Amino acid sequence: MAGQPAHPPVPATGGDEGAVATDRPLAVVARGLTRRYGGRNVVDGIDLTIPAGECFALLGPNGAGKTTTLRMLLGLTPPSSGDVTVLGEPIPERGRAMRERAGIVPQFDNLDPDFSVRENLVTYGAYYGVRRRDVEARMDELLRFAELTERANDAIDGLSGGMKRRLTLARALVNDPELLALDEPSTGLDPQARQHIWERLHTLRRQGRTLLLTTHYMEEAERLCDRAAIIDHGRIVACDSPRRLIEAHIEPHVVELRGDLAMHWLGRLAPHAEHDNALAPLADAGLRVEPVGETVLIYGQQRDHLLDEVEALVGPGYLYRPASLEDVFLRLTGRELRD
Amino acid sequence: MSDRPLSQDLREAPQLSTRFVAVWLRNLRVWRKLMLPSILGNFGEPLLYLLALGYGLGQFVGEVENMSYMMFLASGIVCSAAMTGATFEALYSAYTRLTQQQTWAAMLAAPMNVDDVVLGEIVWAGTKALINSSAIVLVAALLGLVRGPEALLVFPIILLAGLAFAGIAMIVTAISPSYDFFLYYFTLVMTPMLLLSGVFFPLSSLPDVVGIGAQFLPLAHVVMLVRPLMTGGTIDAPLLHLAVILVYIVGTYWISAALARRRLIR
Repeated sequence: MAGQPAHPPVPATGGDEGAVATDRPLAVVARGLTRRYGGRNVVDGIDLTIPAGECFALLGPNGAGKTTTLRMLLGLTPPSSGDVTVLGEPIPERGRAMRERAGIVPQFDNLDPDFSVRENLVTYGAYYGVRRRDVEARMDELLRFAELTERANDAIDGLSGGMKRRLTLARALVNDPELLALDEPSTGLDPQARQHIWERLHTLRRQGRTLLLTTHYMEEAERLCDRAAIIDHGRIVACDSPRRLIEAHIEPHVVELRGDLAMHWLGRLAPHAEHDNALAPLADAGLRVEPVGETVLIYGQQRDHLLDEVEALVGPGYLYRPASLEDVFLRLTGRELRD
Repeated sequence: MSDRPLSQDLREAPQLSTRFVAVWLRNLRVWRKLMLPSILGNFGEPLLYLLALGYGLGQFVGEVENMSYMMFLASGIVCSAAMTGATFEALYSAYTRLTQQQTWAAMLAAPMNVDDVVLGEIVWAGTKALINSSAIVLVAALLGLVRGPEALLVFPIILLAGLAFAGIAMIVTAISPSYDFFLYYFTLVMTPMLLLSGVFFPLSSLPDVVGIGAQFLPLAHVVMLVRPLMTGGTIDAPLLHLAVILVYIVGTYWISAALARRRLIR
């Protein structure tokens, strides 16, 4: 793991949940949520408080415990210890009653391949105890929401990945749920399809539904969510609004050197010993230099200062951007590869 | 698998609710789409056995238990068709929905419990057994191999038998790591049961020890109920046979639901 020079390490604010509006009823309350598999704590004492109507993201690298946390909140995985209340129902004891008022979009589409688009919605409604004629009454609305009106009678096999995901989302709405749980809703989708899903989720949020999603796309969390919890090794390392997470954990301005430019300044193109510390003047100027693979990230508190220093040493060819949740995420969860 | 000991899961009774009907309905809707080829496919094979063995072998066998071999065999085939019908549905079809299609996972994300899904699948497989066997009963009636109206009682018995066979198969499905695993069940359970339950020849022609062992096979009890009803005989100890079938239904549902919970709730 690359070091974190020229900047004091930011202490992780484990368990801090940031600002929670207390005037609204709470959709999710979890205390000390823990799940052990084979002696290892996959989820290790998570506390969560999510008011109704909020869009909340569980952010974390692969294997951090996001999906297990979500499954425990939904009553699909029994916790090893801890207390959960969702929509006022104790979980997992009253998981069935809670799920009657919730919609779930799983990580991998499990639409019914034996049915058409329309039949999928009717059949899924039956699992919720929604009568056929009640689903039929909302059919046009659901199909329009999924933009599948033209494909209503098509088989599932013929749908694109984006269409399947949209149908899975519409399927989760057959019972008009108060809470929608989405496990990596846009993973594996192309940019257009992803935008489309985000637009849909925005609509659902405006309707006042509580959205609970897991993701490892920082952009998704940043765009959609009121608050995000960054999870690593089964624990919450930070929890707040995306903007405040950035303010609290990272310098607001970033310059990126990419590809050959980065390799040059890292001294990896030619074996010149003097290049080893070629970016040291930036660190001396109070900037934080962070090599990540074939990219160098340079963080600064003031934009002009950052740009002046980089311009003076490196010259043009760099890329400037404001700090994002991704920077916070990498800072808090480290840079080593996860599988 | 779950961290809990198996004995603890087995001690917990399945929770009964009417939610299972949605699972049954789902399977019925799919079946209706391919109803004709499904019926033809499912009763084609037992019908071939009946005609080929009945006519072919029947000429050498002559009379069995005071009836033509064809008549003897028809009532046996009705029972074995129920067994194969329920078994295939609860093994291959249910396993596909559990693994490949993830239909069960989708149901469990809705307000359904594992117990509902397992019960829905078992009742559906029992329904398939009833459909398959009813077709054979009809053909047998047309061929004059059914004696009287008490044969109508065969239908509820076949449904119960279908539930029992489906329950046994569901245990295998719940623990199966792959489709190949089913071969053990066919070789070690299904085939011996088919041959030793009095479907093709009377149990009395077997050595005593085998005949006693056969008393534990549900198919043997189904045959002992169905054969007299179809051929106009009297049933020895009907309540005993029914009790054995009911014990199998309740016991296998209990066990298969516990095993499926163990597999899925983790």
